[in-house]
Amino acid sequence: MMLRRLSALFLGCALLLAPVLVLAVDDPSEMLPNPQEEARAETIGSQLRCLVCQNESIEDSSAGLARDLRRVVREHVAKGESNRQIMDWMVNRYGNFIRLSPPLSIGTLLLWSMPVLALLLGLTTAFFAYRRRNAAPAAPPPLTAEEKARLADLTKD
Amino acid sequence: MSNPPENMTRRRLLMAAPLAGAAIVGVGFWKMLSGMQHGSFNPHDINAPVLNRPVPDFSVPDQAPGQGFSAQDLRALTQPVLVNFFASWCIPCLEEMPTLMGLKDDLTMWGIAYKDRPENAAGFLKHSGNPFTRLGSDRDGRVGIDWGISGVPETFLIGPGGIIRWHSAAPLDVDTIRGTLVPLLESLKKS
Repeated sequence: MMLRRLSALFLGCALLLAPVLVLAVDDPSEMLPNPQEEARAETIGSQLRCLVCQNESIEDSSAGLARDLRRVVREHVAKGESNRQIMDWMVNRYGNFIRLSPPLSIGTLLLWSMPVLALLLGLTTAFFAYRRRNAAPAAPPPLTAEEKARLADLTKD
Repeated sequence: MSNPPENMTRRRLLMAAPLAGAAIVGVGFWKMLSGMQHGSFNPHDINAPVLNRPVPDFSVPDQAPGQGFSAQDLRALTQPVLVNFFASWCIPCLEEMPTLMGLKDDLTMWGIAYKDRPENAAGFLKHSGNPFTRLGSDRDGRVGIDWGISGVPETFLIGPGGIIRWHSAAPLDVDTIRGTLVPLLESLKKS
């Protein structure tokens, strides 16, 4: 019983993951004959945004432009260019938007460090507020002669 | 608790801070959304890195009924030229054509048929009118990639010397031409 349930769970997970694993290279003639080069082209392609369906990589998309860009990547790989060179070629034409993982810049640095910055700001504020609240209250100013007389009058009984 | 009035203002200020923050964020979102409605802000727009750069190296063969051109032709320019990527299979291109036809007496336009059969592109221009003085064919879409286009229609304004001065990834309409293109052309003429 337990085993059956486990295998059903495993099958379910596998089915959920299947669409992720299947790349859109739907035509085998697109693939490079050398498996190592093809693997490298797929790695590069999965880092490049399809500019038509903007949340997919060109390896996942079956848009016409994605197919064209896949072919360009494979041509450059076959020519022996490095991943960096191919990425630069793409960024030169389409800007950093084509990179699915954006590069480190002032903007992205601020974006990624914002949770830590917000936490630090909150902790600092809380620390000072806590210290202020727990500080010994300032000693009241000494009583004037008039007040002393009144106090003596009140406590006479 | 020696001076309660000051304490009260402090507390009020602290209470107001999150409200003010929320208000700023709200105004920001409102501006973004209204910009999307006017078309001045497009989240899907691709920041064109080609802007203010010389045109890429390319050449497009003749497309009937016009003569093809290359980067050299654009770099030799002394007057601004509008370069328009279009295709017969693209509905927005068809919708854009009357606008281009209305503009052709004021601005030279060169066309590039993107991923289109030459006979289809020629038929398209016969049907819609031909605003282009030169016409090239980019059958496999490679020239389009060098220009950084992500679809059709896309339009580039090329200033003297072949520098890309303006780019639109949306079909041109009268508002864009009056609001953006005409002022830009004036400033190009002055400089």
